[in-house]
Amino acid sequence: MDAIYLTFILVLAIFLGFELISKVPATLHTPLMSGSNAISGITLVGAIVSAQSGSDQMALYLGTAAVTLATINVVGGYLVTDRMLGMFKKKD
Amino acid sequence: MDTALLINLAYIVSAILFVLGLKRLGSPATARSGNLMSATGMLIAVVVTLMEQAKLPWEYIITGMVLGGLIGASAARLVQMTSMPEMVALFNGFGGAASLLVGWTALYPAPGASGLLATVQGISTFTAITIVLSILIGGVTLTGSLIAYGKLSEKMSSAAIQFTGQQVVNAAIVLGILASAVMLVQNPGFDSPWFYAVLGLSLLFGIMVVIPIGGADMPVVIALLNSYSGLAACAAGFVLNNNLLIVSGSLVGASGIILTNIMCKAMNRSLSNVLFSGFGAAKKSTTKVEGEPKPITAEDAYYILEAAQRVCIVPGYGMAVAQAQHVVKELMDNLEANGCEVSFAIHPVAGRMPGHMNVLLAEANVPYDQLIEMDDINPQMSNMDVAIVIGANDVVNPAANEDEGSPLYGMPVINVNEARTVFVLKRSMKAGYAGVDNPLFVGENTRMLFGDAKESISTVVGEFSD
Repeated sequence: MDAIYLTFILVLAIFLGFELISKVPATLHTPLMSGSNAISGITLVGAIVSAQSGSDQMALYLGTAAVTLATINVVGGYLVTDRMLGMFKKKD
Repeated sequence: MDTALLINLAYIVSAILFVLGLKRLGSPATARSGNLMSATGMLIAVVVTLMEQAKLPWEYIITGMVLGGLIGASAARLVQMTSMPEMVALFNGFGGAASLLVGWTALYPAPGASGLLATVQGISTFTAITIVLSILIGGVTLTGSLIAYGKLSEKMSSAAIQFTGQQVVNAAIVLGILASAVMLVQNPGFDSPWFYAVLGLSLLFGIMVVIPIGGADMPVVIALLNSYSGLAACAAGFVLNNNLLIVSGSLVGASGIILTNIMCKAMNRSLSNVLFSGFGAAKKSTTKVEGEPKPITAEDAYYILEAAQRVCIVPGYGMAVAQAQHVVKELMDNLEANGCEVSFAIHPVAGRMPGHMNVLLAEANVPYDQLIEMDDINPQMSNMDVAIVIGANDVVNPAANEDEGSPLYGMPVINVNEARTVFVLKRSMKAGYAGVDNPLFVGENTRMLFGDAKESISTVVGEFSD
């Protein structure tokens, strides 16, 4: 049942994604990519729960590496997107 | 309150914030607040998970987050706008790697279980399949992105690397991945030799899919890898039964696919054509371009521009390389002060990633409402007194409209040749990335302004101030 339920969410989310993204204008495509990069850093949430004390030491190291890489994506992605979007100005 | 319930409620809030954040990216006026919303969603998800569910020991979590935060923040602060494509490529790779590692970690038995019990009972077939997918997609994204990074940052040659039997080797790798995946799913475990086979072959496959793709096709590749990094997060979500990972991963996956599609359309090529053949390999131009280019000096260019009422500037990657965006803005200011109307025509594949030119011009303080998309500017092109092409070539090649023998034929281009006068700023008469001759350069109304784009424009700007 889990498999069906998760796939259900997957399919709906993909359709939602298509609807949302197709409305983003070409001028914002670079910030869109860096911003979605940041969102894909959501793996951080998975990395935090991936291994626990008592697990094989190797698993702990792998989990820590996952936390590091995902945090780079989250922090770097949101900051650089903000930096870019701050530059977009309308003619005054 | 029930922990699981609390976490799930928080995840719903996060998902809503991600969706609203993307929705606000629909206009440059609301985009920045949208990004902030999305970041808030992420913060909620991470904090709630840390408070309620953190399993990894604290010292490990803190080490990882501090290290990652420092690297991410300094990268975001220091990166040059010209280098955004490399940075996004690298970040795609990190996202893929994180999902790969989460999948890998899931192969280790939970504490308490031991021996046969742990490996047999711990992982259901469904979970095992999702673990394999997470390692596979994550691995391909990681090495593919690293190669893309190498090509974009010119740490390696950006030319397409092709050899005979490449397709056969790739097919063998795919079969190898499938076979090892089947074996690993039947008996999952971190010490299985099949795990190492899946891991190694996935990493190898990532390299193999990106090396045959040439520099000019990089916008497609990073958009595609962007999509993969989202799908990898999705796969990790399936591994951990976490629906926030699935929702966010799907949003990113959809975004990458749409961008890939837009880039392919703008080059009039199918995705499989981009992925499996180096540019120009299939077709050589059948018609020869005849005529002599007519050079012009910056001084003479100034006199024409001074008299112009409407000027359209067409930037390409060459503008980024010459770091000319700031002097271009100065030129724009001078022209406008002179009563001239200035617009910028942006081709979808100008630059090395979708939207790259827009960011570079935004950095130089060019208002975004003066950046016009190709389809909107083309009908106005015949009203332009002067079109200035800066470091663009293939995207303004009229052969794409007229010459059926040209490899570019059918690709939508900016019709600068319809403007009254065209200035082309170029270092030399070298062909563009596609290696195709450009009849624009010998056109009746074209004047070539040879030399470094930044210097040429500076000279013209200097004439204005005198």
